[in-house]
This record gives sequence, C-alpha cells and structure tokens, in this order.
Amino acid sequence: MKKKPKPFKNPYFAGAILGVVLFSAYALTHSGLGASGAISRIHVALTKLIWQTHVDVVSTFAVMGAGDTNPLDHASVFLLIGTFAGGMISAWYNGRLKVEIFKGPQISNVQRLIFALIGGLIMGYGARFARGCTSGQALSGGAVLSLGSWAFMFSVFIGGYAVAYFVRRLWAESKLT
Amino acid sequence: MLPIDVIAVLGKFGGYAVFVLIGIGFGVSLELAGFGDSRRLAAQFYLKDMTVLKTMFTAIIVAAILIFLSAAVGLLDFAQISVTQTFLWPGIVGGLIMGVGFIVGGYCPGTSLVSVASLKIDGLFFLVGTVLGAGFFGESLPAFEDFWNSSFTERYLVSDWLGWSIGATLFAVTLMALVMFYGAEKTEEFFRTKGSGKAWSWKITKRSYIYGAAALVFTASLVWVIGQPDPVRKWSLMESRYSAQLSSRDVFIHPLEYVKTYNDASIKLVTLDLRSESEFKNFHLTGSENVKPENFLDPKFAVPLSQLPSQGVVVLIADSDSVSAQAWKYLKVQGVNNVYILENGLRDWNTIFSGKTVSGKSINIASPPSEVLQLFPKDAFTPKIKISTKKRSGGLCS
Repeated sequence: MKKKPKPFKNPYFAGAILGVVLFSAYALTHSGLGASGAISRIHVALTKLIWQTHVDVVSTFAVMGAGDTNPLDHASVFLLIGTFAGGMISAWYNGRLKVEIFKGPQISNVQRLIFALIGGLIMGYGARFARGCTSGQALSGGAVLSLGSWAFMFSVFIGGYAVAYFVRRLWAESKLT
Repeated sequence: MLPIDVIAVLGKFGGYAVFVLIGIGFGVSLELAGFGDSRRLAAQFYLKDMTVLKTMFTAIIVAAILIFLSAAVGLLDFAQISVTQTFLWPGIVGGLIMGVGFIVGGYCPGTSLVSVASLKIDGLFFLVGTVLGAGFFGESLPAFEDFWNSSFTERYLVSDWLGWSIGATLFAVTLMALVMFYGAEKTEEFFRTKGSGKAWSWKITKRSYIYGAAALVFTASLVWVIGQPDPVRKWSLMESRYSAQLSSRDVFIHPLEYVKTYNDASIKLVTLDLRSESEFKNFHLTGSENVKPENFLDPKFAVPLSQLPSQGVVVLIADSDSVSAQAWKYLKVQGVNNVYILENGLRDWNTIFSGKTVSGKSINIASPPSEVLQLFPKDAFTPKIKISTKKRSGGLCS
C-alpha cells in the first residue's frame, strides 16, 4: 500500500499545541518536559547489567542507579515512553511510519549513519554537560523564564550556526560550486 | 490550586500513567511539526526552513503566557513550579557542544526519539550516540567537576536579571518572539530553494497570523496588568490549603524541640527573631537573626529561605503567636518549606532553662546543649518537625 505522507502542520500551530502540552506538564507534575535525563537513565540501566560496581563509583551514575536503585523507576522514563508512543501514533496516522534514512543527497547512507552516531555522541555529552537537552532546558526552562535556560538556548543556536558552514556537505541539496 | 503532584495524588502507578500521557502529547506535537525529520531540523541552520525556531518559540510563549496568567489569577502557585537550576557557564558550554551535535547529527535527544518512533534509521543511530555520549560524560566529569558545579543560582529568572516584573518581562519576550517570527518568515523567503519547505497542511491567511499575534500580545499585556500575586493576595488564595496546619497547631514547636533541632548537626536551622531590636539586644538565642515582621512581605527576603538545602528548617520567634503566624503564612505561600513557630516565643524560655546544670556546670541558656533534654521527661513535648525533603528543582533532566 503506497500512502502519500500528509504534509506537516503549520509550525506555529504545532508550537501552540506543544505549548499547551508543556503547560499541562507543569500544572500536573510541577516540572516541564525532558528527554535527556531518561536517556541517561537508560545508559545507567544498561551499564548496571554488566558492571554494577562501576555505576556505584561514577558520581553521576550513582545518583541514578547506585546499589539497589532501579534507574528506570523514574517519571522521566515514563515521559520518554510516552514521547516514543506519541511520535509513533502521529507518524502512523499521518502516513510517515516508514523505514528510511533521512540525509542530504550528497552523502551515502553509511556516511549519514556514521555522522548521526557522532552527532548523537556529541549531543549526549553536551546534554549532560548542560544538565538538560533542548526540551528540558530550553523549552521547559524558557517557558518559566529561567535565565540559564535562555542563555543555554542561544548558545545551542550559536554552536549550530558556527559549525553549519563546515558540515554543509552533509545537508546541501545541490552540488556546491 | 495547581500545580498538583500526580504521583502524590494518584500513587506511583497512576502518576506514571499521567507522565506517559503527557509524553504522548509531547511526541505527537514534535512529530506534527516535522521534527522527526533531520533534514528539516538541519535546514534551520542553513536559514532555509525556520520551523525549529518558530515552533520552539511559539511553544515557549504559549506555555509562559498560560503559566503566568494562571499564576496571576490565582489558579497556579508559581512558587511550587520546578524551575531548572541555573549553572550559567556549564549551561552555555554544554549548549555550544549540543549545537555542534545538532548540526552534525541532525537531531536533538527529544526529536531523535520521535524519529526512531517513526522508524528512521538515522534517528536510531543518533539515539544510540546520545546514550553513549551520556556515558562518556559521566566518565570524564571528574576532570572538570569544579567548573561543572560553578556559577550556580537556584532559581534565577530573566525578570530577576533585568530587575523587571514578571509581567513586563513576559510582554517583552512575547514581542521579541513576534519580531523573530517576522524575521524568520523573511529569511525563509530569501533563502528558500525551489521546491523545499512550505508544504503546510493548513493554508493560513496573513490576517489570521495577525490575529494570532494580537491575541498573544493582548494576553501577555493582561498578565502584566494583573500582576503576579504578592504574599498577601497569595495567602487569601491559598488559605484553605495551609490554614489547618495553623489551627491544629502542628507548626508550633516546644522549646525543647527547638533545642533538639538546634543541636542536630544534620539540620540546617535558620532562626528568625521578629521581636524589637532592643529586646533582641537584651537576649537572643545564639545564631538567631533579628528581622522585622514587614520583611516577610518582601519577595527578595523569602528567596534564600525557599532555597535552603532539603534539610533546612526555619523557626520563627515573636512576642505573640499571631505575629509569628502572620510571618509563617507569608513564608509558606512563597514556597518556603519546613517553617515552624517557637510556641510562645521566648516567654517560657527562662522558666524552662534557667538554673539547669549539666554535669555540674550551669548551661548557657542562649544555646542549651542537647544533654539538657535528659533533665526532662521523655514526653515533655510532642515532636512536630517533620522534614519534607520535597525537591522542587532539577525536574526531569536529572
């Protein structure tokens, strides 16, 4: 069955929905949205399976999973499960649930996957450094006017724009002259 | 009154279910915006498609207006909202690193989840990368832990920094976002290559954009005009929540319990003495601080008290219990945890402690040692202090 994916929603409309979701998160749970904390917890849970003593020793891991603590027994993990489910439902409903690799036309699939992994590594590292990711720090902190979150948000954009030129081949549409 | 704590209300299982539901909303809105597609996210950095900026700032403005509007009209207690702690420089350095990861990998953690959920292989590789990256961070942290814990402020808002009211700040932020949106539209027009972008499901007319913008500006100015409630108005809004603790006298502690707490090294005790300056000079408890009753109406005064470590206890001392009860109310509505009142102030203090001796030596009644407690029967007082270690900061990123 070939189904043409529906177009994306107007960005302001999607933003308004996201804003209402964020408000309800604050109203119902005291805190905003986030993803990187739960990702870190998954890492600790995996490490715990093979190397418990190491989890007990490294300070940021121990907070989540020292001793008998189950790193996955935390609200953020359930938020992550929901985010995954929501993404899947919406993709399915809009005909975008399809195995594929998104990339610029000038690089191969393998190159794209390598860069995705490297980018993910940098992102995961930076997200712990900044104590939160784009959603947790920028979005949630931004909405409660936290100064650090605003500074953080602009530095993400600055970091991206500063490097964008050098990696343009990853995303460029036509042959660069 | 919001916010409610779903885990406290529905139990762990029900609470987690609500988190799943909120997550679904989050995932759906990210997917609808097209954030599951790395090309669209990366295009932000080549100025061809400003969806990231538009969606993100719309979400921030809408959520901020809803939060501060409900706080202004008394539906939501902003003091109970968890504001991510500020570690300014680590945040900025981390942000720069993340910007690089964003453009190299094409996602951020939340959007990569949505990408994986819609079966994109590049999203999966990115997500695996973030899991490993989080690990590398933990391993390398000891090398720069001091920096990572530097430039810390517990709860520091843009409005505190500017010295403006929250309403004025919100209004300015809203205007700034609208200017940015206008700039984003113009930029897209200029840089867009043929055939990319602009395939929205809704054709929205220019007029409805203007209506939308006007609605945001109007609501933001409404928040500004109403203003955020001061402690007096907050108490009238929240009286039903806290007044039972006063009438049942659950927050009035016996002098002996004060002595016990004072000598407990694990507790960070702050004692505020509301009596007049001359009375304070005449006699006061060691370590107590002389403050005026009107200080409690000043939000700046309450801030450090609301940011005490989780083992922090505040005890109020006054000539009359009604004066200390008033101060208690104002601290309570400003989000200060573990506030107690020394029953009858210092009026019983002398009768209880003067002439008491411990191992042959008479005690300093301004700071009685814990051994003094053994001179009294075990049931001389009912312990009231229950330290609530509810941590309101940190949120879901930790």
